[in-house]
Parts: sequence; structure tokens; C-alpha cells
Amino acid sequence: MNKPINNRAWFLVLPVLVLVAFSAVIPLMTVVNYSVQDTFGDNEFFWNGIYWFDDLLHSERMWNALGRQILFSAIVLLIEVPLGIFIALHMPKKGFWSSVCLVLMALPLLIPFNVVGTIWQIFGRVDIGLLGRALAGLGLDFNYTQDVIDAWVIIVVMDVWHWTSLIALLAYAGLRSIPDAYYQAAKIDQASRWAVFRYIELPKMRGVLVIAVLLRFMDSFMIYTEPFVVTGGGPGNATTFLSIDLVKMALGQFDLGPAAAFSIMYFLIILLVSWAFYTVMTNLDREEGPQ
Amino acid sequence: MTETLASPVAAAPVRAVRVRPERSVASAVVLTLYILFLLLPIYWLVNMSLKTNSEILGGFSLWPRNPTLANYLTILTDPSWYMGYVNSLIYVLLNTVISVTVALPAAYAFSRYSFLGDKHLFFWLLTNRMAPPAVFALPFFQLYSAVGLFDTHIAVALAHCLFNVPLAVWILEGFMRGVPREIDETAYIDGYSFPRFFARIFMPLIASGIGVAAFFCFMFSWVELLLSRTLTSTEAKPIAATMTRTVSASGLDWGVLAAAGVLTIIPGALVIWFVRNYIAKGFALGRV
Amino acid sequence: MAQITLQNLAHSYLPNPKGEDDYALKQLDHDWTDGEAYALLGGSGCGKTTLLNIISGLIRPSRGRILFDGRDVTDAPTAQRNIAQVFQFPVVYDTLTVRDNLAFPLRNRGLPAAQVAQRVQAVARMLGLEEMLPRRARGLTADAKQKISLGRGMVRQDVNAILFDEPLTVIDPHMKWELRTQLKALHREFGHTMIYVTHDQTEALTFASRVVVMHEGRVVQIGTPQELFERPAHTFVGYFIGSPGMNLLPARVEGDRAHIDESGTIALGRGYGGLGGRIEIGVRPEFARLSAHEGLPVVIRRIEDVGRHRIVRADLGGRPINIVASEDEPIGPDMTRVVFDPAHVGVYADGWRVEGSPR
Repeated sequence: MNKPINNRAWFLVLPVLVLVAFSAVIPLMTVVNYSVQDTFGDNEFFWNGIYWFDDLLHSERMWNALGRQILFSAIVLLIEVPLGIFIALHMPKKGFWSSVCLVLMALPLLIPFNVVGTIWQIFGRVDIGLLGRALAGLGLDFNYTQDVIDAWVIIVVMDVWHWTSLIALLAYAGLRSIPDAYYQAAKIDQASRWAVFRYIELPKMRGVLVIAVLLRFMDSFMIYTEPFVVTGGGPGNATTFLSIDLVKMALGQFDLGPAAAFSIMYFLIILLVSWAFYTVMTNLDREEGPQ
Repeated sequence: MTETLASPVAAAPVRAVRVRPERSVASAVVLTLYILFLLLPIYWLVNMSLKTNSEILGGFSLWPRNPTLANYLTILTDPSWYMGYVNSLIYVLLNTVISVTVALPAAYAFSRYSFLGDKHLFFWLLTNRMAPPAVFALPFFQLYSAVGLFDTHIAVALAHCLFNVPLAVWILEGFMRGVPREIDETAYIDGYSFPRFFARIFMPLIASGIGVAAFFCFMFSWVELLLSRTLTSTEAKPIAATMTRTVSASGLDWGVLAAAGVLTIIPGALVIWFVRNYIAKGFALGRV
Repeated sequence: MAQITLQNLAHSYLPNPKGEDDYALKQLDHDWTDGEAYALLGGSGCGKTTLLNIISGLIRPSRGRILFDGRDVTDAPTAQRNIAQVFQFPVVYDTLTVRDNLAFPLRNRGLPAAQVAQRVQAVARMLGLEEMLPRRARGLTADAKQKISLGRGMVRQDVNAILFDEPLTVIDPHMKWELRTQLKALHREFGHTMIYVTHDQTEALTFASRVVVMHEGRVVQIGTPQELFERPAHTFVGYFIGSPGMNLLPARVEGDRAHIDESGTIALGRGYGGLGGRIEIGVRPEFARLSAHEGLPVVIRRIEDVGRHRIVRADLGGRPINIVASEDEPIGPDMTRVVFDPAHVGVYADGWRVEGSPR
């Protein structure tokens, strides 16, 4: 679509610009400011160059947190995306039951993050939680506050519980836009169930799946509240992800300089990965599109 | 995607395409298991909220032996508890209204005109959706303290605009692109001024888009905790933050904690119920 | 290829149909002759797509049987019927190349690769798709996509029938004509049984050797284009086919005469006796002509020149009537009467044509 050029459209964008500038640019400038300064207290700062960045790049703590973060996002995406698509394929297309499914599935998405944490904190406990008790009953020694693997398991399961529905709902929306004629043609062509999925459903869902994967990547990479409530980053530092580490640093220890440098790197990583992913996907689109 | 737009016409005549029974049974089993997985932890929360703390700690039971509403009563009679809900609702609604209001004209501009730097601006807006709240927690704290907005509802509402405004612009832009530009032109020819056209003609056309955008703003503002907790102390403290209070009490009052959790699920559940018919469309974000 | 037989066929979308009205497709018996090109013509909601989907096996009929060459396939799924179908909106596998699209049905049936390649090449040549073979199907024009979906049907050599469900709906007007001509040529060359659903009479009459006209879930007439024009079996056929449609006038018929209210009496080509129900006479505008001194009095409202001929819009006893006049025939101010050709005046009782006896 060719849109007319009209620079007065800026006036329409102005409110958004002012608002977002206020809540993004000013804070971000503060962060940049801190990242290149140091203080001995009393609000006296002096120029410190790229010392904090240099420090950060050699900080084992940061690299460990980053490694854990990448592992977590990867696991979560690898489980949630296929599972979400699988669930969407089994949802009824219309009628009363499809409404019921939609409402029940959307439920976890509207629970405050810390309540999600609380729910699983309780659910997984051996003394009062159904899951912990059930696992103990099966003879498994499940203790997410002591055991690293157990802590990871409960946090991953929690995230799957929390967010798979988002993928499923997005995929479902994509599936619903496929005209019946495609399925009829597939029957006539004797396509197998797998071929229908591979050549009809998956291509038609791709648009929403790109959005879904992007959203899930960003949000899982920023996760803070839920694991913090359940494990507090422990045992040890086993579930200390980037956000948890950052908040510890900035609000707990008030190490403003390192925290600010950390923030900037953190933000840049997310931007970079999202941008790369988005560019690759849209380039693929262009290749396949009309020449 | 012309074939997609026209699909209802093509699909209409075939209502009775056969579904093999074994497949629908398998689907039902898969869905039931999944929904069970979703509901079980929530059930457990409800179960605990109906027990006294001594029953919770005293023994293990799948359902409350002596169901009690005492935990809910504690919350609903203690202002420091129930004001948490009021505070949360105030800033969530404020945020939803602000986000949608400023996003509407901006989305219109993006969907209708090209202007200097529009692509960059749009991308920059979206990058704010990617900003980790943890990065902004401290600077926000300092910024809002400096301008004297610390511990007010408007501070949280404005802070949440960081990720909700870009999202609202994005969703609304998708819906607006679906409205043919001829409608705008006809209205201008008929002598409508821009504000009157926008309010009288255009907004009703994208009503479902506004609803979807509002739903997402509500959702993300309601569930966010890190920023809302950092920016408040007493006056505007959200319920989610109030809940952490039980931890510091002598031991942990699990029953009250569970009841508070259940009560935070209710507003979300109500919102979903109202928009249930638009969920599928909403999740398509207007651009499938 | 096969002869398709419909026996006592009827379909309702309701689980427990009660009256006649509950049926989207009313009882039907018909043989689709092998190798013939049929058109299924009717307005929207007349049941033509339902009938097509029953033949292709997408819908199981509520009653009756379908036979392919005498073999009962009523319960056979679509895949076992070996039919091909082209839909209203082009269905192609976007992410596959044109070649893979055409090969898709063959590969699904497990044909050896060499044979697949050879069939694909042959079909691509038939349809003029050879140059597009390596391209992805996404982004092709609508008519190319429709050719691909047709090609997916034609690659199978054992195909029993090719069904078309309003395949030209989304095609550009100038391509419509070309594609339709190509379809006819393919039919002549390969002799597949073709069933073509449409609501466009021009498409139906130019494509098919036999046209099945449907109305409100019922087949009202099956015939060659000429039969439909000259002897419509139902007033709906008369009205639906032809431009403008057949003139219908309420009348009282006695023997070989018809009395039309106050306007007068006309002669009929045949004799009729003992008619019951609502009686109308039908005469096509092409078989009526204006006259100065014979026939029934009319008031001329308007004359439209449509190029090859003129259409006279007139009023006969308060009812609108159309008359086709040729270009070179002068219409004078004194020509205030209309004459019908007795051989082409039909008599309809409750909408259905009554065959009279020769005089």
C-alpha cells in the first residue's frame, strides 16, 4: 500500500513520543550516565570511562548469569512452541467448547507474576503442595530449595504452565484463518495428516508464530518475578537469571555503576537477538514472496 | 492475502465435513489433560484458601475438611489488604486509558501516512517493549522521586506505559490498516473535521481493535510487579506487593496468602469472560 | 473415468430432517455420462455446492447412494474416489514450488519418482505452466494458481471426474475467457467427465454440453443450452437463463387458446386440456415482436439499445414485458401491439411446463 507523505502526521505521534521519551529516554540516559561514572557516596560522581564495561566483560558472575539465562530461554522455547502448536491443533474450531477452552487457557496469562510464583511455590512443596507430595509419594526426593535440578524443573514447568497458552492461542488464531477449501483439497490429494500440517497449517501459521516466538524470547529473557518468588535465585545461584542478578546488584547492593553497565549490555543483547531473528524471518518472507 | 479475507464465503456451504470419531476423541483427551495441568495448581490455591492455617500445616488433604471463608474475611475487612486491590485497579485502569488514548492517533498516523523517520520511530517504539523492567527499576525510582510522583498511582501507570504504549500502537495499527482509506476520504469530502471523523466514524469501525488493545494493556499492567513494587511504598502499593507481607509475619499464613492469590485471579478471569468471543481474533493481533 | 450415478439422493444439514423444507438438496436421480461436460447452474443457496461436495465425498448424503461405474462409493472417503476438484479460491501449497504442487497428489500415492516427473511435465505442458515449474506457488497470479489446482487434479491419470466450484470467481475478467476456452480445449482433448458449478449463465452455457439447472435444492431441468433456451422446463429456468429472461403472464388456457386477463386471447402451438393450479404462459423476448395491427395492446416504456439488438421494455395489461427487436427493424409510433410466436409459447402450471398435445 502506498501511503501519502505527510509530515504533519508527526503531530499525531507527538503524545506517544513525549510519553515514551519521558518513561524510556530519561531513565535510559540515567543508566548510561551511571555506567561511565563512579562514586564514593554523597552523590558525588566522577568520570570512569568504560571501566565498568571492561569489568563486566571479565565478570564471571555476569557470564554465568547470561549462560543460565540463555539455557532457560532455550529450554522454555523448545518446550512451549511445539507444545503450544500441538494444543492449538487439537482445539475445537467453533461452538461452546471452543469458548470454554479459550477462557480456561487464557486464565494463567492474567495472573500477576508473583502470584504465579506463589502458586508454584506452594504446589511444589513436599509438606503442603500437591505436586511435591505426589512426587514424594512416588518415592522421588523432590526438593526445589535444595536441589539444583529440582529447582530448574519447577521453574521450567512453571513457565510452561504460565505461557504455553499464549503460543497456543496465537497458533489457534492462525489456524482459524485457514479456509476449509485447503483441507478439502488436501483430502482429495490424499495428503497425510503430517503433510497437511507441514504444507498447509505451518505455512499459514508462520506469521503469528514469528510474533509468538519473539514475544516468548523477550519475556523469558526478562523473567524476574516468578523464579524469584519460587527459588529466590537459589539454591546458591543456580536459578539467578539476568534480571534477578541485576536487581540484586542495583537495588540490593546499590552498585550503580556495574549495574548500569550490566543493564546496557542486557538491553543490547535482547535488541540484537530480536533484530536478528526478525530480519531473518522477513528476509525469508521476501525471498518467497512475489519477485 | 485475498483468499484469507474471502474465506468465510468459501467456507460457508460446507458445514458437515466428516471428522473421524477417533481423532476427535484423541483431541478431547489431549485438551482435557492440558487444561487439567493448567487448573490443578489453581485448584490447589483455592483449596488452601478455604482452609485455616493450622489445617494446612496440620495435615494433607485434597479438599478442605472444614471449609472456611475466614481467610477471605481477613482480607476484605483489613484496609491494608483490600486497598492493595483498589490501588492495583486504579493504576491498571489509568494505564489502560492513557495507553489507548495516546496510541490511537499515533497508530492512525503510522497506518495512513508516511512521514520523515516513521519506520525508525516505529521500530524504536517496539524496542521499548523489549526493555527488561529490571533495567528500568532503579532509574524510574530516581526519576519519579525527583519529580515528586513516587508512591502515586499515576507513577505506576506512566511507568507501565513503557511497554504498553508500543504494544497498543502495534495492535491498533494492524486493525487500522484493515480499514480502507476510502472511508477517510469520503468523510473528509462530506465535510467532517478530523477529530469528528475520528470519534464518530473511525473509532466505531475499529472498536474490536480498541477492545483487544485495552485487553492486552490491562493484562500486562495487571500482572507486572517489579516496577509497581519499586515505585510505591504505602499509598499506591499494589496487591501483588502486599502479598509479600505475609512472609515477614511470624511464620507464614499460607491460608491468607492463598486467598489473596485467588482474589488476584478474579479480575483477570472476569476480563477474559467479557472478551471471550474476541480472544481468537485478538491474539491474531489484527494482522493474520 | 467413470459414469457417476445418483440414486434417491437427498441431503439435509439437520440431523433429523422433518419436512421437505429441511432438505438442502431434495431427492435426485441422475446419471452423469462418462466424458461429458456438465454445468451445475443456479443462484446462491440452491444446493449446487452441496451436490458437488456429495459427489466429491466431502459430505455424506443423508439419503440415497452414489455409484461410480456401478460401484457404490457412498461411504468411500474423498481420497478413494479419485476425483479432482478446483475451488472458488485458489488452493495451492504456498511454500512448495509449482513442480512440487503438481507432484503432491502423486507422491502422496507413492508413485515412483520417474513417473511423477513425467506426469508433471506432461500436465505442465497441457496447462502452459512449464516455465513456472521451478517457482514457488506463493505470489503467482490467481489464474496461475487456479491452473495449478486444476493441474493437481489432472496429473492423476485414473481421475474419475473433475469438479469445478465456481473456479473463475477471483480471476480477472479478460483471463476468465481465456481460462474457460482452455478448459473446453482440455475437455475435448482428454475427455474427462467435468462438472462445473456456477451461477453465471454465460459460463455455464459456453462451457457445458449439458446444463443442470438447480433451484431451491431441486434439479429443475437438465438439458443442452438450446433446450434450456427453447423449452425451459420450469419458470425459474426461463427467468434465470436468457437476458432478459422469459416473459411470464398469468393466463387462462382453454384448448389451444390462452386468455390473458383484459388484454385478449392468443393462439398456442399445441392443445391443452384439464389444467389445474396456477397457470402462466411463458414466452421469450426473442419470440415476441411488435406490430401495428395484430396481437395484444402494449404501452412502450423504454427502448434499450444493447448493440446487437434492442430491448423494448413495455407494459401489457399492467405487467412488464420485454421484447427483443433486431437493429434494422424500425419501431414506429404506431406499433403498439405485441405478437407471440405460437410455436414458442409455453404453458406452466404451478411453475412447471405442461406438454400439450399436437393439434
